[in-house]
Amino acid sequence: MNARIEKLRKASFEAAPCISIERAVLETEFYRENCGKHAAPVLRAMTFRHLCENKTIYIGQDELIVGERGPFPKAVSTFPELTCHTVEDFRLLNERPMTRYNISEKEIAAYRERVIPYWQGRSMRERVFAHVPDAWRKAYAAGLFTEFMEQRAPGHTTLDGTIYQKGMVDFKQEIGENLAALDYLNDPHAAEKADELKAMDIACDAAIVFAHRHAALADQMAAHETDPVREAELIRIAENCRWVPAQAPRDFWEAVQMYWFVHLGIITELNGWDAMSPGHLDQHLHPFYEKGLSDGTLDRERAKELISCLWIKVNNHPAPPKVGVTAKESGTYNDFTNINLGGLKRDGSDGVNAVSYLVLEVIDELHLLQPGSNIQISHKTPEHFLKTACRVIRKGYGYPSVFNADAVVMEQVRVGKSLEDAREGGCSGCIETGAFGKEAYILTGYLNVPKLLELALNNGTDPLSKTRVGIATGAPDSFASFDELYEAFTRQLHHVVDLKIRVNNYIERMYVAHAPAPFLSVVISDCIVKGRDYYNGGPRYNTNYIQCVGIGTVSDSLSAIKKHVFDERTVPMKRLLHALAHNFEGEEALRLRLQNKTPFFGNDDDRADAIMQRVYASLFDAIEGKPNTKGGVYHLNMLSTTCHVYFGKMLGASANGRHAGMPASDGTSPSHGADRNGPTAVIKSLGKMDQVKSGGTLLNQRFLPSVLEKEEDLNKLAHLIRTYFKLNGHHIQFNVVDTQTLRQAQADPYTYRDLLVRVAGYSDYFVDLNKDHQQEIIDRTEHESF
Amino acid sequence: MKTGTIFDIKRYAIHDGPGIRTTVFLKGCPLSCWWCHNPEGLASAPQGVYRRDRCIACAECVDACPQGALSLTAQGIVTDPSRCRHCLTCADVCPAEAREFSGRTENVEHLMEVIRKDIPFYDQSRGGVTFSGGEPLLQAAFLLALLHRCGRCGIHRAVDTTGHADTDTLLAVAEHTDLFLFDLKLMDPEKHRKYTNVSNQIILRNLERLVGQGANVTIRIPLLPGINDDHENIDRTGSFLSALPGVGKVDILPYHHSSQNKYRKLGLVYRAAGVEAPTTQQLADVAARLKAFDLQVEIGG
Repeated sequence: MNARIEKLRKASFEAAPCISIERAVLETEFYRENCGKHAAPVLRAMTFRHLCENKTIYIGQDELIVGERGPFPKAVSTFPELTCHTVEDFRLLNERPMTRYNISEKEIAAYRERVIPYWQGRSMRERVFAHVPDAWRKAYAAGLFTEFMEQRAPGHTTLDGTIYQKGMVDFKQEIGENLAALDYLNDPHAAEKADELKAMDIACDAAIVFAHRHAALADQMAAHETDPVREAELIRIAENCRWVPAQAPRDFWEAVQMYWFVHLGIITELNGWDAMSPGHLDQHLHPFYEKGLSDGTLDRERAKELISCLWIKVNNHPAPPKVGVTAKESGTYNDFTNINLGGLKRDGSDGVNAVSYLVLEVIDELHLLQPGSNIQISHKTPEHFLKTACRVIRKGYGYPSVFNADAVVMEQVRVGKSLEDAREGGCSGCIETGAFGKEAYILTGYLNVPKLLELALNNGTDPLSKTRVGIATGAPDSFASFDELYEAFTRQLHHVVDLKIRVNNYIERMYVAHAPAPFLSVVISDCIVKGRDYYNGGPRYNTNYIQCVGIGTVSDSLSAIKKHVFDERTVPMKRLLHALAHNFEGEEALRLRLQNKTPFFGNDDDRADAIMQRVYASLFDAIEGKPNTKGGVYHLNMLSTTCHVYFGKMLGASANGRHAGMPASDGTSPSHGADRNGPTAVIKSLGKMDQVKSGGTLLNQRFLPSVLEKEEDLNKLAHLIRTYFKLNGHHIQFNVVDTQTLRQAQADPYTYRDLLVRVAGYSDYFVDLNKDHQQEIIDRTEHESF
Repeated sequence: MKTGTIFDIKRYAIHDGPGIRTTVFLKGCPLSCWWCHNPEGLASAPQGVYRRDRCIACAECVDACPQGALSLTAQGIVTDPSRCRHCLTCADVCPAEAREFSGRTENVEHLMEVIRKDIPFYDQSRGGVTFSGGEPLLQAAFLLALLHRCGRCGIHRAVDTTGHADTDTLLAVAEHTDLFLFDLKLMDPEKHRKYTNVSNQIILRNLERLVGQGANVTIRIPLLPGINDDHENIDRTGSFLSALPGVGKVDILPYHHSSQNKYRKLGLVYRAAGVEAPTTQQLADVAARLKAFDLQVEIGG
């Protein structure tokens, strides 16, 4: 890391996140004047242009890549059209101990006067909650599922290489051609398409204006600059901003700046989940890298410096502040930009190149909160690349995480994407599979699977709130067999999934009607050709996911009930239900027997793994193929992010011996402490899950640093990964940290404030996690060597 | 069906030979080294272990014991050793895993099922199975049956041995073994007897015979400062090994204290308590000294 990067990194690391009300104020002004005068996409595009024309422009000292969403680094915009924060929300954000966002009373007052009165009752969040049926509301309150789209826009967007071939001027031309070709006589949607295409055209102009304002500022700064080296840099920055994003980039520097402007445009237009990701950044930048090296305009160190600048830019953008249930299930500054390395190229050849290695170095040197990073390993990936990445994993930042590129291709081809698009795709956010640059793959919310079993054991009533939130599936002590109980579980499952999809579909249409995303639509194929918005089936592929949480907890609980209640008949159902209802009070021996004398998932034990397979198949049946409103369908996803902690709080005691309120199992990992036979057994168990039928699974593994001390140990880690992938595993990630270090960090947060750990599909600072999440990570099984 | 007594199976064993391995620990050992890392492997018979910190005093074991050997006292569960038949009933019923047995009878068939589970990992990493102990050669028929079965499945087989065994048995085992991890502790017979309870004469002779027969052998030297790290012992070790051209690698295993807890659990005296773990410098010095004998030396392994 050179002196510039060190300075920029330090500033980014130390800056405290704060709220900027500028975007909200500008947007509100514009809406007051213009709402109702234009079609929704056009209004949105004009709002975006208004923001680009008027927001504060920032170019920091030493920066080579420029542009911020807020007026300065770590100043986070709000999106009142989606969630209109209240005065109380802001005070809470300003004062809470964890994931704080500073905001002054003066700004709160300004927000109260200038923003809140307009949006009250108009924000997406309020309108969603006003609409939802009572059954949904009760199930939501009971913690059966979450809803992603209630306060952030659907997003999870990742780009392909198009923006390195085409500038906004080229997109404008395509838009114009498609506008001209509209057949108003024979296409009943022609007028609608015209609105959308006009909106896209305005959005392209907005992005160009935004960049040109940076060019003007850089020129101005250059004129006053006394240091000739910096002056030259500023002049070059101005040139870059005059060229991209209007035109396709010509060199490495412009290519990085191009991506950053597009990224900024998308996260300014709306606050889609997972911010924005570049996709296969190494593959996209490689031609510029080679060209720069050969014509002498670039060297390795300069390329690394520019990539580092991009990393710092992403880190400057904490996630927009969340509220309510969404804050509970995702309380982090991380906005989930995730960079893909390696993988496959469109033609099926290996995607690893010199830039892939360069990026690994950047990850290692900067180890910032954002962006996350991952490597995609196919059977063609060189061992040297995997091992180089393992060396970074060993450092214990929790990244890069590791994906199976071959499985990710199979997952996509299974659902009908072309082989080439699938290869060009990958995983973003945490572990979600998508065809980069061509797909809207929307996470719609988490499903609390252990809660469904709880409903089945309580005839549809939530034992915590004592309200009926499921359907009546029979008194549990009337079940004559395990299969009858299982049938009750699947009926609850179908009921709740249907309830969720019903509301998802409504929210989807609300986004089309009120908050389309014309700028995002410009850069995702085939929105222009179809004349349709990203939210309205414009992309080539349109997938919705429901993320199922707690398969470990539910499989183990079912296994315990099967063995002790039905097979061996040593525990009467009545006694079990009583013990669960009373959180095992006075029943510690029973609790321990359930916990210690039951086959559990994660031990390569077919008795338990068969139950996991059955549950997985049921989840697949309930979700797979249900239509969304955009011409696509629902698929199964197995991500939990941090929602297993929230869901655990909404659960009573469970039959695997888990106490009430404790976290459910995370992702597709075994329950905490259930896996007792080491990582190979975990991997074998996971290998029995037909993961190719999902849109992503997540396996957390925690290793003691001593397991990875020697070079030979790294080889074995690489073998472990390769074997998992031979078994069609989708993803694996590692925490390499011992319990003692984590406990010390709890006691002395200041000293450990840069200790990164893997939380879910992303890393976070351990000391920034609340106590529940800290404990959850400590409780993960620690694999040791002997 | 062949059966034997084992006390543990570890999967993802990464320090017991090449690749990712499953290590099966056979119970019983003719040596009793002061520093033994697996004291639960010393005795041939299964031993009951009581973990009071886990016990919730539910007395389910007391009720279940067919011999009436257990009673619940203020000090937790007390076993009457004259009545206990090691039937494992108490361990089966104990919900808290406070009653455990170090050692259980396993048949070849069931063990093979466990060993076969990680074949995908062996294939990927060129790993396999390691039979360790205790001294696996003490249960030679059982060991041979396992080695034979593994060989038929194409699983790479390592045997981790003290070398203190009947020579013909060792050579018969060698027919079905792909790699020996052969422990070499001390060259001086008297010292060897002092610290391990047996002389090293058989061990050294067996090593010569094994190498002479063309077996693939890695030497493992547990390094214990003050016991076997002196120049004399290292030089004698080096010169002995350099005269055995078939010896492959020499691994120096740094002594550590981590097994002390096991002694407490088993009620055994830990005689190596005064021994310090070797420093990086000490390890490097010993490695350098051995390398002077033209040996391929590695620390760890």
